[in-house]
Amino acid sequence: MSFWFWHGLRRGIQSTRYPDGPESAPGITPGRPVATPFPSAIEASRAAANCPVNAIGCTGDQTVIDLETCIHCQRCRFGSANTLNWESDFEWAQLPRVKAGHDPLADSFQQSLHIMVVDAGDCGACLREVKQLNNPFYNMHRLGMFFTATPRTADVLLVVGPVTANMRGPLLKTYEAMPEPKKVLATGTCAITGGIFGDTFASGGGVGTLLPVDLEVPGNPPPPLAILHGLLVVTGRKPLLTQEARGMTGPNGAARLFRSEG
Amino acid sequence: MMTESSPLSQSNVESLAGAVEKRFGGTVTPSKDSEGADLLIRVTDSSVLPGLCKFLFWETGASFGGLIVEEGSREWTVRYLFVFRSGRWVHVTVRKPLDSKILPSIVAEVHAADWYEREAEDLFGLRFEGHPRLGDFILHNEIWGEDLAPMRKAFDVRQQRFEQKPDENWRPTLVVQDPGAFAMPVGPVYEGGLGESIHFLLETIGEDVIRAVPRLFYKYRAVEKIAEGRTISEVLLLAERFSATSAFAHSLAYCQAIENAARIEVPPRARRLRLALCELERLRHHAGAIEGICQSTALSVSEAHAAIIEEQLLRASGAFTGHRYLFGLNKPGGLRRDFDEAGCRDLLRAVDTAGAQLRILEERLRYSSSFLDRLEDVGVVSPESARDLDLVGPVGRASGLCRDLRRVCPYGAYAEYKVETFCEQEGDGYARLRVLFAEAQESARLIHQMIESIEPGEIDTPLEEPASGAALGWVEAPIGAALHWVRLDSRARVERYRILPPSFRNWLGFHVAVEDFAFQDFPIILATFALSAAECDR
Repeated sequence: MSFWFWHGLRRGIQSTRYPDGPESAPGITPGRPVATPFPSAIEASRAAANCPVNAIGCTGDQTVIDLETCIHCQRCRFGSANTLNWESDFEWAQLPRVKAGHDPLADSFQQSLHIMVVDAGDCGACLREVKQLNNPFYNMHRLGMFFTATPRTADVLLVVGPVTANMRGPLLKTYEAMPEPKKVLATGTCAITGGIFGDTFASGGGVGTLLPVDLEVPGNPPPPLAILHGLLVVTGRKPLLTQEARGMTGPNGAARLFRSEG
Repeated sequence: MMTESSPLSQSNVESLAGAVEKRFGGTVTPSKDSEGADLLIRVTDSSVLPGLCKFLFWETGASFGGLIVEEGSREWTVRYLFVFRSGRWVHVTVRKPLDSKILPSIVAEVHAADWYEREAEDLFGLRFEGHPRLGDFILHNEIWGEDLAPMRKAFDVRQQRFEQKPDENWRPTLVVQDPGAFAMPVGPVYEGGLGESIHFLLETIGEDVIRAVPRLFYKYRAVEKIAEGRTISEVLLLAERFSATSAFAHSLAYCQAIENAARIEVPPRARRLRLALCELERLRHHAGAIEGICQSTALSVSEAHAAIIEEQLLRASGAFTGHRYLFGLNKPGGLRRDFDEAGCRDLLRAVDTAGAQLRILEERLRYSSSFLDRLEDVGVVSPESARDLDLVGPVGRASGLCRDLRRVCPYGAYAEYKVETFCEQEGDGYARLRVLFAEAQESARLIHQMIESIEPGEIDTPLEEPASGAALGWVEAPIGAALHWVRLDSRARVERYRILPPSFRNWLGFHVAVEDFAFQDFPIILATFALSAAECDR
C-alpha cells in the first residue's frame, strides 16, 4: 500500500497559480459573450434575436449582454451569421441588481472560510463544478477554504439550482441555522433567475425570491475558477469588477436592461 | 423466468403478434407501424393488461421501457413500452375516457413498473388498482395537496403554490417494529451539501440497515410540463439542461425523437461526431463515478488521481466544443457546429491520456486490499433482483443483465461499429467498479475509431417542413437506457414530452443493494450506483 504515497509524490504539484498569477489553460472556462459592435442597428438586433432567452439586447448598433439570464447555449456563437465576440475569462462574480454596494466579510475570514453548499434543484453541472474546487488543480484548501458538513460552522451559503418547491424548506432551514455574519452566494444562472426552468409552480425563479443574495456567479454552469473568484470576492481578497471593466455595457453604459420572459 | 433461448425472444414481430392474439384474442388488436412501434398492441379490455405485460416481460424476455400517459381531448392514452433483445419496440396502449381514471396495476407482475405508476398517479391523478403504495411520491405530501395533478392540461404551470406552509406534523411511515428499532434520516442536505438532494430513511435495529427508503423528487422542476406548447428548439434547451452530467446523451435522445417524427436522415459526418461526443461524455461520467467511489472509501490519493482525469476530460471537452458539459451542440438533424482536424487531434490526445491514467488507477486499486475490502461483497444486487426490477446501465450489467441499447437497437452510427459490452455476475460494488473501468476504456477506443473514420461532409440536415406526430428516441446514456417520447402538434409545437431516464429505474433498485448491509457501507454503495437525482427527478 505504500505505493500510493510514492504515486502521490510523483505526480508533483498540479495546482493553478490563480489567484496569485494568471491561469489560461485551454478548456478551463466556456467563456461568455460580451458587448459586440455591429455595422448597423439591424444586424445588432438580428444578433440579439438569436438568443432563446432574451439575454442579448441592443443599444444602437451594439449588443449588450445580461449574464444573469444567459444559459450558455452558444447559439450566438456558432451556426448563424451575426455572431458575438466571446471572452474566455472567468472573473464573473457580480452584484445582484437589488443590491446597492458590495460589503465583503471582515478580514478575519481571509485565512479560513467555511462554505455550506445547498443543492436546490440543480441539474448536476453546477454541483459538479463546485466539487471540482476540491480537485488538485483548484485545490481550494490552499486558500484556507473548506466545505463544511454543518450550517452551524458555515460562513458562506453557496446555493446552486433554481430553488424547487420541495427544496425551499431545507434551504431556508440551512440559512437560518448559520451564525452571523453570513453571506449568500447564488451560483449559476438557475440560482440567480431560475434559468431555463423559469418561475413555475415547481421551481421558484432563483435564490433571491427566498433569501438576501450578496453575490452572484453567473454561468450555466460557471467554471470552477469563476466560483472561486466569487468566494474570493466575498472575503474581499479580490475586487469586484465593474460592468465596464468586464465589457458588459453598451455605448451609453446600458446593460441589464431587460429580463427573460421564460 | 427469463427465457434467452425461447423462440419468441429472438422472434420477428409477426410471430409475436400471433402469439399475443392466440393468448389474449378478442381483447387485443395487434397492428403494425404506428408512431415508431414495431408492434402496437391495442388493449380494448384493460383487465387483461397485467396478464399481457407479464407475458411480454417474463415469457418473451423483453425489457420494460416505461409508461407514457397522454391526455387527449376526450380520452387518456396509456402506453407501456417494451423492447426486445432483437431490438424491436412493442407498445401496448389502453384508451380510457377522461372521467374514468381507474386502471389495473401491473406492479404485481412487473415490479419495474412500480414507480411509473406512482408517478402517473401523482401527476395525472390516475388510479392504479392493486398498487400497494400510491400517494406521497413526486409531490411531497407535506407541501402539496394529494389532488393537484399538475400534468393535467387544465393545470397552469405558472400557478404559484409556495404560500403553503410545510406541515410540521408530517412523519414518514416506519415499518420496522422492534423495541430497539430506530430510523436514521439522511438528507436532503448532507455531505456538506455536495451530495445531490435526496432523503434516505434508513431503518435499523443496530448495525445493519434493515429497510432503506430513498425519497427523491426534491429537485422536481416539472420539465415535462414546462415543455408543453413550446417550440422544438426551446425544448431542446430543456432536454440538455435537466441532467447536465449526461446532457449530450439526453439532447441526442430528444433530437432522435424529432428526427424519427420528421423522418429525416442525419449526415454521416454528424452521426459519427455525435457518437464520439456521446462516448466522450460517458468517459468523463465514468471517471467522475470512479472518483466518487475512491472518495467514499477515503482513499485520497486515488481520489485525487481520478479527479485529475475528470478535470482533464472536462477541459478537453471545453477546448474541443466550447462547453465543458457539451451544451449547445446537438440540434434536430445534426450538429450546430463542425470541428476541425487540429481540435480532433487534441481531443484524441486527451482521451489517450485519460485512458492510460485510468489503466494505472485500476491496476493500483486492484492491489489495494483495504480498498477492495470495502467494495467486495458489499451492496450486492443478485441477477434475479436485477432482472426483477429490470435495472439498466452499468448497475444492471454488473448484475448479469448484459443489455446495452448501443447493441440491442443501434442508433446513429453505432450500427457501423462493434461495441463491446462488459458484464459481471457478482453484482457487488467491485463488479460495478470493474464495469465502469471497462466501459471507460471501451469509450476511449470508440472515440478513436469514430474520429479517425470521419469524412468531410455536411453536419446537419435542415428540418424543412414542420414535423408532426409522435416518436420515440433512445440512447444508452452513461447511467443506462434513456428514452424520450415527443408528440408534436400541427404547428410543430411540443404537445407532450416524456422523459424516461435511467436513474429513475435504478433508484427503484437501490434499496435492494443497501438493505442487510452495515451503515458504514451506505456511502460506498451510493457511490458505486453512481446515479443522478437531477436526471430522476426532472
